[in-house]
Amino acid sequence: MSKMRRWLGRNAIRIYAVIAFAYLFVPVAYTLAFSFNDSGKSNIAWRGFTLDKWKNPCGAPDVCPALGNSLKIGVLATLIATVLGTMIAFALARHRFRGRTATNLTIFLPMATPEVVLGASLLALFLNLKINLGFNTIVIAHVMFCISFVVVTVKARIAGLDPRLEQAAMDLYADEFQTFRRITLPLVAPGIAAGALLAFSLSFDDFIITNFNSGSVNTFPKFIWVSSLRGIPAQANVIASAMFFLALIAVLVGQAVTAGRKKQKA
Amino acid sequence: MSAAQGIGVGEQQQLEDDQHDSGSSAPTQPGRRRATPYLLLLPGMAWLTIFFILPIATLLSTSTQTRPEGAEIGVYTQTFRVANYTDTLSEYATVFARSFTYALIATVLALAISYPLAYAIAFKVGRWRNLLLVLVVAPFFVSFLLRTVAWKQILADEGWVADALRTLHVLSPDGRIINTAPAVVIGITYNFLPFMILPIYASLERVDPRLMEAAGDLYANALTTMRKVTFPLSLPGVVAGTLLTFIPAAGDYVNSALLGDPVHTTMVGNVIDSRFLKVVDYPTAAVLSVSLMVSILVLVGLYIRRAGTEELV
Repeated sequence: MSKMRRWLGRNAIRIYAVIAFAYLFVPVAYTLAFSFNDSGKSNIAWRGFTLDKWKNPCGAPDVCPALGNSLKIGVLATLIATVLGTMIAFALARHRFRGRTATNLTIFLPMATPEVVLGASLLALFLNLKINLGFNTIVIAHVMFCISFVVVTVKARIAGLDPRLEQAAMDLYADEFQTFRRITLPLVAPGIAAGALLAFSLSFDDFIITNFNSGSVNTFPKFIWVSSLRGIPAQANVIASAMFFLALIAVLVGQAVTAGRKKQKA
Repeated sequence: MSAAQGIGVGEQQQLEDDQHDSGSSAPTQPGRRRATPYLLLLPGMAWLTIFFILPIATLLSTSTQTRPEGAEIGVYTQTFRVANYTDTLSEYATVFARSFTYALIATVLALAISYPLAYAIAFKVGRWRNLLLVLVVAPFFVSFLLRTVAWKQILADEGWVADALRTLHVLSPDGRIINTAPAVVIGITYNFLPFMILPIYASLERVDPRLMEAAGDLYANALTTMRKVTFPLSLPGVVAGTLLTFIPAAGDYVNSALLGDPVHTTMVGNVIDSRFLKVVDYPTAAVLSVSLMVSILVLVGLYIRRAGTEELV
């Protein structure tokens, strides 16, 4: 008995971790499982296993156009936000200038503002300026809330660089531009990639801000929201599950590559 | 991985930078073109000024507008009616209090779930660490709306959770979980969990294990070591995590709409949403938005001061 108690004591935190992971994954498991549900219009009760929905992911009306819009918006918003955010990150990490505090505050505030306020305020602006809501206003909104996250991610990467590498390049007669292109940029690139991935996932999954500023344009999250009232087709689960596996594989491959490189160096 | 981890680490980095303006090391030579930083900043800051600051200003201005007698629906003029605030806030005081209560409970629950998990990942799992970190972020890869809908299924009246609780007599035979306050809180807690785990993990990872060993050598038991050494050292992560959870939680309306009840679990976000998009009562929505933002900023300021980590902001 006391043996068991000691075992429990030593492993309590691991047991706790297993339970916490279960909590994290139960809803994910539901989403994955119900992509195989042989459901009719609504996908709430389990009706048996089928691969039909996976064979025909665009089978439900509106799913694929909405997904297409989300991908287009995500790519465009990510491109713009990554370029603008990276520029700001370089300015903040590499230069001294007046208005630094104000800049930092302007970067920080969008992250500290609830999405519903961001969405509502932007809509108030668009209404006042009589701008038609649609694809463009969604992209504008997404770039706005993604910039800060890109800045923070890229800045952390720049701050972690060893300044001696750039000094060495300069010592070897590289000019400023060459140093930037051949040394600085490649070293910062993983940070920029991380920022871009973060921006894309934020944009792709955003519902609240999009719902305020989308007009009649449909996105994948908006599609789920609208159909949640009368039943979400299993195709939405198929698409979400496919995205889940793609992202998971991408991350695991990325980690394996990094680990491999570290081993090579060592 | 590094993307999401970047939130935690980056956040702190940025917070630190705010304080130590001169701290950034850079091969900046004197006489370097002064215009460079401004050119780098210009496009991004212009975007944020036009599409973040200007909208907030518009919101402020909308909040004191009134509808002229006999005007069409959705038409409002500026009359600087500050009483909009007292009117709206007294009408929605309960909703406000409820939002902050839910957000607070969810934050505390998320901290209770996340801290031991982050601790286990940082110190107890050895080479599984990276894989487990991927697993922490993995739920993020599934649309959050679908995950919330999944909770709706899990907590449903005929679902296994409700069944189990009824069998255990925790729930009365006709009791339910879905459409109640606990369901909303469970949803909110779940939704922002990675935002709590990652910053805490990031700061725990930087704690030197030798400090914990030293505490043990000096006859501190496990609890004292945690209380006097580990936890204080991980405080920056706890502060970042609680903020990253509390702020979106207080403004959330998706969980309340999907898992709650349209009357008894309404949060500020739900009201802002419906006032703005359905009722086209812009001033009320604006008053609520401004009040939500201001109260969050005030609470965050007080909290950071209280947590004794002022140097972080």
